[in-house]
Amino acid sequence: MKQTDVIIIGAGPVGLFAVHQLGIKGLKAVVIDNLDKAGGQCIELYPDKPIYDIPAVPECTGEQLTTRLLEQIKPFKTELFLNERVDEVKQEKDNWVVKTNNKNQFTAPNIIIAGGVGSFEPRKISLKEAEKLEGKSVFYTVKNKEHFRNKKISIFGGGDSALDWALELSKFSRITLIHRRNEFRGAQHTLSEIRNLEKEGKVSIKTPCQIESLDNEKELKSITIKFDDGKTEKIQTDVILGFFGLIMKLGPIAEWGLNMDKKTIEVNSENFETNKKGIFAAGDICSYPGKLKLILSGFHEVALASVECFKRARPNEKYRFEFTTSSKIIHDRLGKK
Amino acid sequence: MPKITYKDHQGTSKTIEVENGLSVMEGAIQKEIPGIDADCGGSMACATCHVYVDDKWFDKIPKAEDAEIDMIDMAFEPKKNSRLSCQIIVNEELDGLEVTTPEKQT
Repeated sequence: MKQTDVIIIGAGPVGLFAVHQLGIKGLKAVVIDNLDKAGGQCIELYPDKPIYDIPAVPECTGEQLTTRLLEQIKPFKTELFLNERVDEVKQEKDNWVVKTNNKNQFTAPNIIIAGGVGSFEPRKISLKEAEKLEGKSVFYTVKNKEHFRNKKISIFGGGDSALDWALELSKFSRITLIHRRNEFRGAQHTLSEIRNLEKEGKVSIKTPCQIESLDNEKELKSITIKFDDGKTEKIQTDVILGFFGLIMKLGPIAEWGLNMDKKTIEVNSENFETNKKGIFAAGDICSYPGKLKLILSGFHEVALASVECFKRARPNEKYRFEFTTSSKIIHDRLGKK
Repeated sequence: MPKITYKDHQGTSKTIEVENGLSVMEGAIQKEIPGIDADCGGSMACATCHVYVDDKWFDKIPKAEDAEIDMIDMAFEPKKNSRLSCQIIVNEELDGLEVTTPEKQT
């Protein structure tokens, strides 16, 4: 079990800035996120879209914002636990114990939930048979491409994941790329490479159509797709790869005994503590009168929450408010002379 | 005020008045119409306010931007008449608009 001062759930901009606000106060933190990289919605939903309302930054993309925040928290050498979802939160005396789906355990007097709208999870095919075959012949991510060698693969989706994997796996497997409309939103140069492979007969592209049924007895043999005009077609398939994008699910957060308002966590607006002492919520996931779901609001929220975190983590020390411009201690913590 | 009708996948319908200038999503959230979640708050960053627009209305509302169509790819069972209700702004001309919420939003 890892002991720290604050467990931060969510590595989006607000979770990352929390590391900074805690770090300059001398507090240690760990960050846990279900995605495979830091940045949260900024990276997953709009990496290339400009953001215009970060104070003193007239324009930056979600990716740039994330990169800069990671740079800003570098001095604190904080460990990020990615690809991990927090499943359980339990109280043990004055501490909270957090367990993840990777069986990691953390303990700290404070938790800051900066979970956005919950964890990102792949959208799945809503057919019952697809559910039964998930992990056997229906997949939503590629962990090891060797599993997909010499197969008949039907890839669904119109974004970069669908296009990239269609191209990559076509090197050693028979690919059918299926999308619900004729336009693909993924990179056009990848699409033109795939179109070339189609001309050579190495890849088939089927649009505009959607999955109608999976034809299987124990093992997947083929699927039936339905075109917009009502026609159906059977496609020999051993493996289905679905890239329908990610959806945000609140997930286990709802079960931690926190006061909720729909999908958000109620907090006070003095220190952003929830109804549980030592559990804070900030960013899009918290609600209080007048709440705005802006990145800048989240920054303010974690700044205030970090003060209360300090008081709980260092009950015998007096909290002193200091400016980064003039505090020698903060300069030391930032590695500045 | 324009009246908007929200139907669920089983056909149960509810008609409410929505102020001009609000989105069909905002109207639904104010009156707590089930089936419209709007997780992202209307910034076209999720697809949880996805609705099917009644055929006779589909061509009367301004066409979807590319970004909206891309996002609809991520909705539950998108169809030809799929729209994100956060992008449909109510005005007098939409008085009587009918939308249907999908079986589920996630």
